[in-house]
Amino acid sequence: MRGRPGLFTRYEDASAILPSGTQKVWLGIGLAVLVIAPFIVDRATLILLATAVVAAVGAIGLNLVTGYAGQVSLGHAFFLGVGAYSAAAIGGQPEEGKELIALGLDLWISLPLAGLIAALCGIVVAPVALRLRGLYLALVTLGLVFLGEHIFRNWTQLTGGQGVGREPATLSLFGYRFDLDGSVLGIDLIREQQIYFLALVVMVVMALLAKNLVRSRVGRAFAAVRDRDIAAEVMGVNLTKYKVLAFAVSSFYAGVAGALLYTVTGFLDPNAFNLFLSIAYIAMVVIGGAASIAGSIAGAFFITLLPEVIENVIHALPIDAETLFTSISTAQIERILFGVLIIVFLIFEPLGLYGIWIRIRNYWKAFPFSY
Amino acid sequence: MDVVRDRLLSEVLPEAGTSVEGPVLEVKDIHLSFAGVKAIDGVSFQVSNHELFAIIGPNGAGKTSIFNSISGVYEPQEGSIRFMGKDILGGKPDHIARMGMARTFQNIELFANLTVLDNIMLGRHLRMNHGVLSSMVWLGKARKAEMHAREVAEGIIQFLELEPFRKSYVAMLPYGVQKRVELGRALAMSPSLLLLDEPAAGMNTEETEDMARFIMDIKRELGIGMILVEHDMRVVMDLADTVLAIDFGKPIALGTPDVIQRNPDVIRAYLGQDHAVVETGGTE
Ligand SMILES: Nc1ncnc2c1ncn2[C@@H]1O[C@H](COP(=O)(O)OP(=O)(O)OP(=O)(O)O)[C@@H](O)[C@H]1O
Ligand SMILES: [Mg+2]
Repeated sequence: MRGRPGLFTRYEDASAILPSGTQKVWLGIGLAVLVIAPFIVDRATLILLATAVVAAVGAIGLNLVTGYAGQVSLGHAFFLGVGAYSAAAIGGQPEEGKELIALGLDLWISLPLAGLIAALCGIVVAPVALRLRGLYLALVTLGLVFLGEHIFRNWTQLTGGQGVGREPATLSLFGYRFDLDGSVLGIDLIREQQIYFLALVVMVVMALLAKNLVRSRVGRAFAAVRDRDIAAEVMGVNLTKYKVLAFAVSSFYAGVAGALLYTVTGFLDPNAFNLFLSIAYIAMVVIGGAASIAGSIAGAFFITLLPEVIENVIHALPIDAETLFTSISTAQIERILFGVLIIVFLIFEPLGLYGIWIRIRNYWKAFPFSY
Repeated sequence: MDVVRDRLLSEVLPEAGTSVEGPVLEVKDIHLSFAGVKAIDGVSFQVSNHELFAIIGPNGAGKTSIFNSISGVYEPQEGSIRFMGKDILGGKPDHIARMGMARTFQNIELFANLTVLDNIMLGRHLRMNHGVLSSMVWLGKARKAEMHAREVAEGIIQFLELEPFRKSYVAMLPYGVQKRVELGRALAMSPSLLLLDEPAAGMNTEETEDMARFIMDIKRELGIGMILVEHDMRVVMDLADTVLAIDFGKPIALGTPDVIQRNPDVIRAYLGQDHAVVETGGTE
């Protein structure tokens, strides 16, 4: 533009993913921790960390549809399940004694396809969001979970059936087996470390793609639909198109997450994709921070590691937990805590961990002049 | 006013306006009722390029309903609305927006959780066409389009003197600033027709004068058709080329501001209760 040279490059910088130097530093630290962690922690914690990394992909997906586009979905567990079983069917190996769909294809086919099949399911479901909003939409998407549970339990050729189950997709990428011990660049890695790093790469890539999406025309349209749908329409946003897109992208993320979610434990239980799983993901979004990609990741780690923390705390208590909680199990305490945490965050910190982070950051920005 | 500012808007929004011959908008005998309440009862008018057309009338006269009918939010039961030579009655709002119509709202309808910049950038939605995949990869076309949109938004921010609020979330801004952001969001669409629903409502004298100046600049620089609904008679009389007065959904007078000001029906329906109207105008 005449008379205003130099602006072009400045906007580019200003709308970069990480505008400030501080953010770059924090990202660097975060990534370094994620890369070093699997060499320090014990095997059980490593399994949890790998699960958290995969859950982060799913949480980003739910945040796209619920946090950004404002379409409350309790159906995320269903899409995770669709992804898990699509990947298992396409990328799984036949198992002895079970009549299973198992095509045994490579991960570069099974992983994207798992996402795409889940996205297709999202597109099929999305029209419901055109007619319903808020609680009604939440209820209908909840119905989806029940439908999914029924299908997963009874379609034995796909899932192995209740009480039997099946193995998830084989993690073979261009022939390299991530689900076995191996060595990369001369570094010996155990199976769990391999899976962890595979998941980490997938998570980082998908987080970047999501970050780009939300700062773009599409992301603004999502937010417009969420904040004021009539005004959005008057500004030229096609409500139908963007609600469908939000569900499709979200389900794609859920599909990819589902495909990897149980590869660490190596077992797919048809009962896993239940309402509680959906709520755990809602909790990741609410606690991490609605409409925040970094928050989704933080929320996923928080919720995935929470049971471990609870267990450790209970064991560390000076009193005998068994006698204190004779009638409730650790799993139940975990569920109660989830509920309480969601309520606490909704009331006191609606921006979630992301909001807490913003406040800490602002505090340090203002440091030594804070008051 | 410096030279750069003089051409700022036309430079930033070269696509605004239209070369269509004849009226930009033709409203013919529209009727709209809600469960027995007649909101619009046989209104007809035309707006041409470069024209600033004002609609006045007491509270509840049906002015906002006319805007909602034109922009596709409501569908009148009878009549016809032609925009850029095409029938738009019954068309969806986003479709009508795509044809080049932009509007602001009487009760601010900004995207509360977005910044001033993002609200204005959203106004560029139809001027870009990259989809999900190219947005995610953020290369080539998508990146270029986003950077250009940013440039346009910055021009509009400069024009509306919104620089201090660029990165503020709109929900936290004063009312007068929010009204300006709404104008900016509509302008970003590079419209051929701009509807302004009480842009000066609830503003103090200084803010009202600023708003009037912005509207005059838009008219002078872009030459687009505009429809203005406003209770502040001074603004209407200063700015409008043509004024339509309505009452109870019915047209009562159409003409230049001078003629309307002296029309006895208008005085009885509207100017007679000027004080009451001016006082309540801002509180809605
Ligand atoms: N969605 C709706 N449902 C029912 N009645 C409506 C609706 N919208 C408008 N009306 C009615 O139509 C009539 C005209 O309303 P409208 O908002 O168009 O008036 P207005 O001229 O814009 O008034 P104001 O100066 O107060 O903004 C009023 O009686 C109003 O109650
Ligand atoms: Mg009105």
